[in-house]
Amino acid sequence: MTLRISLGVLLTLVIVAAIGFPISASPRHWYEFPLIPGLEEKARLIFFHVPTAWLSVMAFFTSMVYGILYLRRRDPMDDISSSVAAGLGFLFCILATITGAIWAKFNWGSFWNWDPRETSIFVLLLIYGAYFSLRSAVDVEEKRATLSSVYSIIAAVTVPFFIFIMPRIMTGLHPGAKGDPDGAGPVIDFKMSPNMRVVFFASLIGFTGLFVWMFRLRVRTARLEYFEHAKG
Amino acid sequence: MELRISARGLRMAFNRRTIFAGIDFSVGHGETLLVAGRNGSGKSTLVKILCGLLTPTGGKVEMTGKKPLDVHARRGQIGLVAPYLQVYDEFSAMENMRLTMALRGLLSDDGAHRSLLERLALDVRRSDPVRGFSSGMKQRLKYALALSHRPSVLVLDEPMANLDTDGMAIVRTIMEEQHEKGILVVATNDPSDVTAVHTRVDLNDRR
Amino acid sequence: MTAAETPVRRWLRATGAVFMKDWRSELRTRYAISALVMFVITTISIILFALGGEGASPEVLSGMLWVVIFFAAMSGLARTFVMEEERGTAMMLQLTAAPSAVFAGKLLFNLVLGAGLTVLTVVLYLFFISGFTVQTYSIFLATITLGSIGLAAASTIIAAIIARANTKGTLYPVLSFPILLPLLMTVISATRLAADGMPFSEAFGEFQILISYIVVVVTTSILLFEYIWKD
Repeated sequence: MTLRISLGVLLTLVIVAAIGFPISASPRHWYEFPLIPGLEEKARLIFFHVPTAWLSVMAFFTSMVYGILYLRRRDPMDDISSSVAAGLGFLFCILATITGAIWAKFNWGSFWNWDPRETSIFVLLLIYGAYFSLRSAVDVEEKRATLSSVYSIIAAVTVPFFIFIMPRIMTGLHPGAKGDPDGAGPVIDFKMSPNMRVVFFASLIGFTGLFVWMFRLRVRTARLEYFEHAKG
Repeated sequence: MELRISARGLRMAFNRRTIFAGIDFSVGHGETLLVAGRNGSGKSTLVKILCGLLTPTGGKVEMTGKKPLDVHARRGQIGLVAPYLQVYDEFSAMENMRLTMALRGLLSDDGAHRSLLERLALDVRRSDPVRGFSSGMKQRLKYALALSHRPSVLVLDEPMANLDTDGMAIVRTIMEEQHEKGILVVATNDPSDVTAVHTRVDLNDRR
Repeated sequence: MTAAETPVRRWLRATGAVFMKDWRSELRTRYAISALVMFVITTISIILFALGGEGASPEVLSGMLWVVIFFAAMSGLARTFVMEEERGTAMMLQLTAAPSAVFAGKLLFNLVLGAGLTVLTVVLYLFFISGFTVQTYSIFLATITLGSIGLAAASTIIAAIIARANTKGTLYPVLSFPILLPLLMTVISATRLAADGMPFSEAFGEFQILISYIVVVVTTSILLFEYIWKD
């Protein structure tokens, strides 16, 4: 109970800070964010876009881990956890794609450009879509669980290749991609002042907490539905 | 090889509906196991579990010689005849026989195949595509395929399906021989199919 | 069965039997081959009509080549598993052969079929699509070889999955595309290098990716196949 309340408070604070803290060219107060040339107000999106993208990846790996557990233990509860994680991941992936497209429109002119990170989030969207298409195409529960676990493992194994392919093939728009003169590494190293970094990591933790809470709630609901169905 | 098949606490469920539970049995060399039950009671499901085609939801089946046989060895000791076991009908009877032997990793002996086909009254048509076979001929071919590797365990699901009186007579001889030389498992609605039943598993009301 | 029979020899015999069965069956009925040939011819004709005599850049044409190959694979490489399920003969394979032998035999079959469709597509493409000229043949040959192997490998394991599902036809490209995307991106990039006349060493990165992709996909498939195959 207290955890839930603290989570709510944390996220509220994060949202207030992300949207409310003023941005100024020479920050003097602790609640002011520095002005990043070219980004200005749009920088605020970082507090929301990056965590949702991060979560959509985390959720996928959670789903895959439960899939592996199912293959070993054959416990239907593992399959429930796997599909709940995938459902949440799908949701966050859609959010990440939309927030990313909004960012792209305001910063680079068009909603979609096929730069490496955009392509990666799109591929993740495709994998989620494929996962759920597969699940809806199998009637027998045990087989459905087995096949979706296997598919998520195969997908997880091919995804790392994008990390190697992208730099060779594309120059990117995202900060930190090849061709970005200012970028150094992943987006998280993006020039953030200490107070921005605090809000950012608070947002990351908050969103992760949100995911964990939603996950546990939905798993509980799904299990109740499962046993309800078994009786009737 | 002298084998014993034993099952303990076998349970099978699909989509949360239990088909049967609490099945125990043991059958050894020179004995016959009869799997009886109404249509839909799960006879074929139990047969598939025995043959390694399905994994039971609970319990286990063991095949033991001097020591327990692994999955691969079990596969080599079983021959199955069943309505749901289809043959490759674009190939001929001989080709099907060579194929099943090779799939088991075994070398083929065309002479042995021919005598087996002869015994099942299929020798004349051995080179014709199975597509043109009558249902009785296909059933007899299934017996030839099941016996070609001389299995210790012969499993028959609906042994007399599609057979005329001549066919049935041939099969009865086969069943008697198997009963003496190995283990015979028969799943059927019609108890008159089998004589000398040693062990019986009744699947009616076994949920 | 003599004492000299090792498990390896028996496994090889089983694998060979699975391959030869598919091969002989295909030679007799020619369903898959004729469908594939017609598919490739039709698709390339459509592209020719769509281009309308105008050219397109070598970059675009490099990508289009692999679009055709991908969809040709989608129309033909699932058959080896789907046919067994539809005809009910999968059970005979499950009963008699070791699962790894079934997978190996069918992978081999798809490798041959995949190589055939790739070669056919490439030949027709080079012949009929003007504007697509290969300057560095060494890169191109290595690319289509590695590309068709990787394509067959990924397509086979996905075919095994969808053979156990209901709406097989439409599900196959949906499941295959995300898995094959790394491969497609890499071969398209390498094909462009070949069309631009780059030296062989420029494509090393692409070849490294392709080889590791093949190794990873085949290894994962071998480990996972039995879960798909056994009920």
